[in-house]
Amino acid sequence: MSLFDVFDTAGSAMSAQSVRMNVTSSNLANAGSASGDPDKVYRARHPVFATFRDTLDDRAGVTGVKIEGVVESSAPLNLVYQPDHPEADEAGNVYVSNVNTVEEMVNMISASRSYKNNVEIINTTKELLMQTLSLGR
Amino acid sequence: MELNVLATHERALTFRAMRNRVLASNIANADTPGYKARDIEFGAALKNAQAGPQRMATTSDLHLKGSARASDSPAGNRLKYRVPAQPTLDGNTVDTDVEQAAFAENALMYRASLAFLDGRIRTIRYALKGAD
Repeated sequence: MSLFDVFDTAGSAMSAQSVRMNVTSSNLANAGSASGDPDKVYRARHPVFATFRDTLDDRAGVTGVKIEGVVESSAPLNLVYQPDHPEADEAGNVYVSNVNTVEEMVNMISASRSYKNNVEIINTTKELLMQTLSLGR
Repeated sequence: MELNVLATHERALTFRAMRNRVLASNIANADTPGYKARDIEFGAALKNAQAGPQRMATTSDLHLKGSARASDSPAGNRLKYRVPAQPTLDGNTVDTDVEQAAFAENALMYRASLAFLDGRIRTIRYALKGAD
């Protein structure tokens, strides 16, 4: 029954969106973290989405989503003057993580909208299948 | 004759189920870079279904007589790429609003076919059983 494939497709998308949500929450949680060593500072992370062509039937137009990897942002770190910080250098500066809070908030809204869309797809398809099962009763 | 009517709606259901998968795939990939949205045209699928089964040419009566309808396979109902209304930086052509509208319309048409099929089955059962 071909409609069952929808659960796989939408399920993979929900899983990918929840990873995105997790990464976003990690970024937001670490937005203000600072360190004296630029190599130890938290850098913003972003998941890379890709289509899933191995098991689902691509020829029939059915492709799920998978996370190809999580990449660290290469945006420059912020040098902030904080002489009170224990790890501040001689000039009183510390490196603060390169998380862009506005970008992360937008990511969070987009991820939650996409997740909800897929939940709706599953609900509608489930309803269609249930109606098909009760055909002729 | 009655069974023919069942077959028409059965084909419609198959088409709607196929389109449902394609549209669900589009919505699932709304955030995937480089994904191109696809859809099946109802007109082309209807034409395929009306064309009737295609038979293999045989030169002897002993040869197998295979037959298939173009509408039975996903490849027969050729998938087409959607033309995006506005460009995106990551090459993704999914417009979630368009896809959601198409999905809702498709689900409604699926229900319509189900209702027709259900009514037809009821009629046949009524004819078989007679009035209670």
